[in-house]
Amino acid sequence: MGSARLYLAVAVGGFRRYASYRAATAAGVFTNTVFGLILVYTYLALWEERPGLGGYDQAQAVTYVWLGQCLYATLAIQGGGAEKDLMGRIRTGEIAVDLYRPVDLQLWWLAGDLGRALFQMLGRGVVPFLFGWLFFPMALPSEVSVWGAFTVALLLAAVVSFAIRYLAALCAFWLMDGMGISQVVMITGVFFSGMVLPLNAFPGVYGDVVRVLPWAAQIQVPADVLMGETEPWGAFAFQAAWAVALLALGRLVQSAATRRVVVQGG
Amino acid sequence: MGERSAVVEGVRAYGLIAGMWVRAGMTYRASFVATLVGNLVMTGMDFVGILLMFSQVDSLGGWSLPEVALLYGLSVTSFGIADLLLGSMDVLGARMRDGSFDTLLVRPVPVLAQVGADRFALRRLGRVVQGSVVLGWALVAVEADWSVSKVLLVPVMVLSGAAIFSAVFVAGAAFQIFAQDAAEVQNAFTYGGTTLLQYPPSVFGKDLVRGATFVLPLAFVNWVPAAHILGRPYPVGLPSWAAFVSPLVAVVCCALAALAWRVGLRSYRSTGS
Repeated sequence: MGSARLYLAVAVGGFRRYASYRAATAAGVFTNTVFGLILVYTYLALWEERPGLGGYDQAQAVTYVWLGQCLYATLAIQGGGAEKDLMGRIRTGEIAVDLYRPVDLQLWWLAGDLGRALFQMLGRGVVPFLFGWLFFPMALPSEVSVWGAFTVALLLAAVVSFAIRYLAALCAFWLMDGMGISQVVMITGVFFSGMVLPLNAFPGVYGDVVRVLPWAAQIQVPADVLMGETEPWGAFAFQAAWAVALLALGRLVQSAATRRVVVQGG
Repeated sequence: MGERSAVVEGVRAYGLIAGMWVRAGMTYRASFVATLVGNLVMTGMDFVGILLMFSQVDSLGGWSLPEVALLYGLSVTSFGIADLLLGSMDVLGARMRDGSFDTLLVRPVPVLAQVGADRFALRRLGRVVQGSVVLGWALVAVEADWSVSKVLLVPVMVLSGAAIFSAVFVAGAAFQIFAQDAAEVQNAFTYGGTTLLQYPPSVFGKDLVRGATFVLPLAFVNWVPAAHILGRPYPVGLPSWAAFVSPLVAVVCCALAALAWRVGLRSYRSTGS
C-alpha cells in the first residue's frame, strides 16, 4: 500500500509541475483551437465530397477533429512528455541517481506521465473540445455508460502512449543525442495515431495495417468507443494487449540498458 | 552608426552566429543527417495527408490535386525559408526566463540578429526542399494559361511569402516579450498559417478567409496570386490587381513587425532573478 501512495505522489507531482505553466497552457488552448478550426473545415470539405468516408458521417468527422485536439497534448502525440525529461537525464548522467532509488524506474516515470496527461487534458484539452461542441454539430453519446467506457479507453490510451515513448527514451542509452529519436516519435505519433486523417479513412491494405499498430490505441480507438463505432470490450482488449506488450518490452530494454550504463560527466 | 550600417552589421552578425550553430550541429554528424531526413519526412507528412485525402476524392473544395499541390508548395516553401531564417525565435521566452536574454542586450550586435540566429539549424532546409519539390511538380501538373507575368509571379510569391511569414515570426517574438511563456500562441499563426494556406480558400468559412486576408494578410502568400495563375475567382472578391500586391503587403508587414519588435524591446524588463 505504501508504494501505491508513493506513485500517487509522483503522479500528483507530474500534474502540479505542468499546472505551474499557466500562460503556456492558455497559449496551448488557443493554438489547439485554431488548428481544430482549420482541420474541421478541411474534413467537412472532404466529407462533403465523400459522405460516409471511413464509416463516419460529418458530425462524427467533426467530433474526431476536436477529440484529436483534446488528446494531442494529453497523450503527447508528438512527444514532449516524460520521455523528454528521461532522455535529458540519460544524456546528463542524472539517470544514475534514479537507478539508485528504491523504486521501479518504469512505474515511477509512468506515474509522473499520467499526472502530466491528466493536467494536459483538463488544462488544455477540454476547452478546445467544448469550443467545438458549441460551434459545430458533434456526435456525442448521451448514455453515461458510454462516457464511462470512453474514460477507460482514455486511460489505456495514456498507458500505451507512455509505453511507446518510454521505449524511445531508452534508445538514448545507446545514441546519447535524443534529437533523432524525438523526431521518430513525432513522425510516427502524428501519422499513425490518426492526427493527419482518421485511420479508418486510410485506403486499402495500408489502412488495415495502421489500424492494428499500437498508435491506433491512442486517438482512433477512444474516438470509436465514444461514438459507438466499436464494441468497448474488444477495444479495451486491443489497447491492453499493446500496453502489456510494450511495457514488457520496455522492461527488457531497460535491464539491457542499465547493465551498460555509463555515467557521463565524471 | 547609421541605419544602413546597422543593417549590414546585423546581417554579418547573423551569419557569424548561424555559422557557429551550424558547426555545433555538425558535431554529431549522424544525428544531423538523421534530423535532416527526419525534417524532410516530418514536413512531408501533411502532404502525404493531402495525398491520402485525394486517394478518396477527386477534388477538395472544388480544387484538383495539382491545384492544391500548388497552394501547398507555395505555402511550405515560403514558410520554410522564413522558418530557416527566424524559426528559432520561440526560444526567446526560455531565454528571458533564465535571464540569458539580458546577455544579448548588452552585446554590441543588433538583438534581432542574435535572436534570429540563435540555435540556427540547417536541418530546417528539409522543409524548403520538400516544399520546392511539391511546388515543382505542381507547376508542371496544373492546367494553367501560362504567360510571362504569371511565370514571374511564382518567385515573387515565394519571396513575398517568406517575408510575410518572417514578419509573423518577428511580431510573435515581440509578443513573447510581453507574454513570457506563451510561445505557443506564435505557433497558431506560423504553423497554423502555413497549414491554412495548404488548402483552397473555398474550404474555409467566409470569416476565416476574411481574417486571413485583411487582418493577418496571409492570403497574399498564395491564395490570391495563385488564384490569378489558375484563373480562379479571388477570395472575398478582391480586384484583379490584387494578385500583384504581395510584395507591397510584405513590405508593410515587415515594417509593422519591426515596429512591434522595437516597442517590445523598449518595454522589456528583466526578470531580475
